[in-house]
Amino acid sequence: MKNFIIKEFLQIFRDKRSLIILFGIPIIQVLLFGFALKNEIRDVPIAILDNSKDLYSQQLITKILSSEYFILEENVQSEKAIENAFRKGKIKQLIVIENNFTENLERENRAKIQLILDASDPNTAGMINSYTSAIISNFEREINPSFAGVPMIIPETQMRYNPKLDSVFMFVPGVITIVLMLVSAMMTSISIAREKELGTMEVLLVSPIKPIQIILGKVFPYVILSFISALIILGLAFTVFEMPIVGNIPLLLAESLLFIIMALSLGIFISTAANSQQVAMLLSMFALLLPSILLSGFIFPLKNMPDIIQYIGYAMPPKWFVIIIKNIMIKGNGIGSVWKETLIILGFTVFFIGLSIKKFKIRLE
Amino acid sequence: MAENKSNSKAVIVKDLVKKFGSFVANDHLNFEVDKGEIFGFLGANGAGKTTAIKILCGLSHPTSGEVNVAGYDIYKQRDLIKKNIGYMSQKFSLYDDLSIAENIRFYGGIYGLSRKKIKEKTAEYIEKLGLQAYTKSMVKELPLGFKQKLAFSVAIVHDPPIVFLDEPTGGVDPITRRQFWELIYKEAAKGKTIFVTTHYMDEAEYCDRVSIMVDGRIEALDKPAILKETYNAESMEEVFIQLARG
Amino acid sequence: MISIKNLYKSYGNIQALKDISVEIHEGELFGFIGPDGAGKTTLFRILTSLLIPDSGSARVIDLDVVNDYKKLRTQLGYMPGRFSLYQDLTVEENLNFFAGIFKTTLQENYELIKPIYHQIEPFKKRRAGDLSGGMKQKLALSCALIHKPKVLFLDEPTTGVDAVSRKEFWEMLQSLKKQGITIVVSTPYMDEAALCDRIALIQKGELLDIDKPQNIIDRYSHFLYGIKADRMYDLVNQLREHPQCLSAYLFGEYIHFASISEIDINQLKEDIVNSGIEQVEIIQLKANIEDSFMDLMAKAEK
Repeated sequence: MKNFIIKEFLQIFRDKRSLIILFGIPIIQVLLFGFALKNEIRDVPIAILDNSKDLYSQQLITKILSSEYFILEENVQSEKAIENAFRKGKIKQLIVIENNFTENLERENRAKIQLILDASDPNTAGMINSYTSAIISNFEREINPSFAGVPMIIPETQMRYNPKLDSVFMFVPGVITIVLMLVSAMMTSISIAREKELGTMEVLLVSPIKPIQIILGKVFPYVILSFISALIILGLAFTVFEMPIVGNIPLLLAESLLFIIMALSLGIFISTAANSQQVAMLLSMFALLLPSILLSGFIFPLKNMPDIIQYIGYAMPPKWFVIIIKNIMIKGNGIGSVWKETLIILGFTVFFIGLSIKKFKIRLE
Repeated sequence: MAENKSNSKAVIVKDLVKKFGSFVANDHLNFEVDKGEIFGFLGANGAGKTTAIKILCGLSHPTSGEVNVAGYDIYKQRDLIKKNIGYMSQKFSLYDDLSIAENIRFYGGIYGLSRKKIKEKTAEYIEKLGLQAYTKSMVKELPLGFKQKLAFSVAIVHDPPIVFLDEPTGGVDPITRRQFWELIYKEAAKGKTIFVTTHYMDEAEYCDRVSIMVDGRIEALDKPAILKETYNAESMEEVFIQLARG
Repeated sequence: MISIKNLYKSYGNIQALKDISVEIHEGELFGFIGPDGAGKTTLFRILTSLLIPDSGSARVIDLDVVNDYKKLRTQLGYMPGRFSLYQDLTVEENLNFFAGIFKTTLQENYELIKPIYHQIEPFKKRRAGDLSGGMKQKLALSCALIHKPKVLFLDEPTTGVDAVSRKEFWEMLQSLKKQGITIVVSTPYMDEAALCDRIALIQKGELLDIDKPQNIIDRYSHFLYGIKADRMYDLVNQLREHPQCLSAYLFGEYIHFASISEIDINQLKEDIVNSGIEQVEIIQLKANIEDSFMDLMAKAEK
């Protein structure tokens, strides 16, 4: 085992292409997405309807407006004026704070905020929504440092002009998901397929080494490298783009690790079916990467798609990971709000590992 | 057009040097191949054979030296060289998932043969190689021996004056191997120049002349009979081992 | 040591092995000789437990290749057709890796592989991909030997390797044999048959003959003549027209002409010269293994 892992690391570090896929692609993706979108969210005109006008509501509004993302276009005075504010076509978001905001928070640990968005440009709307949610979560923790994971302020989002859309577009969760998927699944499947292609797999099979040892030996180095890759993405997002990460970081990392292991077991599963590097690459690209991008709700909101495609989307592990990571990273939720999705990914992991071990051939056919 | 000075030479190589960094793969090679000659190009693994063949086929540039193939200069007339040579490697450059006729059509098309000509060639090859039973099959279903003969025929579909064969008989059964050499003889008798590499030392005997490369240099070049006499050897294998072991 | 009984194996409708039965003794250097596609690799893969036969059985070191594969795998050494090395690892790293997966170390069995390894030791920091064919072959053999296997399977170890490296390789096999390792080797090069204790000739999935090389040659029953002249291609075609001709093939310097009955050499020479071919030389020949193989092959075709 130890031997196997050493060998694997040596091979990875000697192959420039692997290193580029491992570390170059994530960095480039983050920078590209980051710079492209950063310009979108700056001085976005918004309107506010503050029904409380009390201590916390004022503090929250100040916090939102002091961020560099939003400027106040208009103070709306009543519900009736909302429609009119949007019709002017200037504002992208209207924040409605309920009555007795401070009181509700202090007495019941619960308060409502409504975010009404102009969703004619869904991606921007998604971005605005998540930035606002992030600021609200931050605020929540400032006023209550013993924050336990269950959110007190519940932002309720309403998308105008595109009402079905409620997906949150955030590039970091998307990029992390895609990169982990790419690196983990594609690289392991290719590296196993390469052994088959070169004939070294024959020698390994004939040796006393057990299939599980081969699998673990292959997986271990990639777990570490993919994890480093994920850290790089998060680090870049956090430092270069001042991405708000409001959630629990250890939890975020633990979930990433789980997803990496899932993707790796998927990669091994692919390699049991592929006999050459080319096939492994194609299978990873078309069977994994494209559906992940298209159906995980990362770029295109899944809810806008036909039912049947939505169902297929449910079978895509990345969809669930995107939900988890958004919840933790942007909304600042704890494990309490993502346990279902975590269980689903855990299920996928167990399923693929089991299938791989079962399908991993101790012989050549 | 720079016409060939001596029209009886198919290949002229003068002081050919090819370096990869500080490694000298071809160290001042000098040889000529006559038209219609079967020229055996032997050497140990890593002696620089493949490098030299790549240069002769116009796939790689020499570091220095003069090379003339089929009357054309390797520096200025690479495209003309490519039109005037045939090439077959041990991997049989046929498409496994195409039929015989489709392979011939493809390669004929590459060399700009007319549709009529391709039809003629297809009929001729099927007849000549006894492939009647396989006209509908994909090439991968052909027995190895047929595949190899077909690959050779396809390599000369455009009737080039010179053919390069890179280990054409590796792993083939002894009867097929000999039938293949008869095919080579037949083409040589028609005036084609054959430039061939092989690891079977008995095949070296079939060549009119043989060169043996060691460490990037040509250590010996002559008729097999003369080489055996010079090195006081029973067979070409002995000659080869004496030279290659140094 | 190795006992193969009525082995059959097919892929789809291609019959790769047909009724193969062979006994290989302990300490023997045994060769399977035949061209590509004869079924050698399939047979080796069955013997090394990588494939399951359709029917028939095989026991290696008294272990069944299907049922006892786990135990068998710890005791056999295998070198597949293409030298299965990690091209991007150095010589030393390859050896250490293979030692590791067999739960041993390079030092432990150094004595066994020393005669082979010391030839490539000066290059131990070089990547396997940068080695010459001969050196790769030595490294692959060292890797296959590192756990001191009782039996060694070498599938076409000399294919694509030059004559010098081939000769050296066979010398190494002879010295391994002296250490008591049973060696089973396959090759398409007929001339390597003489270097084995016993051989099996294999063609299209069927065994043509099994015996000591010399015994197989001695069974050759035709009259064989070596003929050379200035125009070999014309000569071979002309000889095939000869009424006594069984076969006529190019054979290095000479054409090997097999005839049904004894032939008057002088008469034959005269006939050839009369047809305008010059520098004719005819000698009586003893068959070699390739003549035998071709003869057996022709018989099997019928």
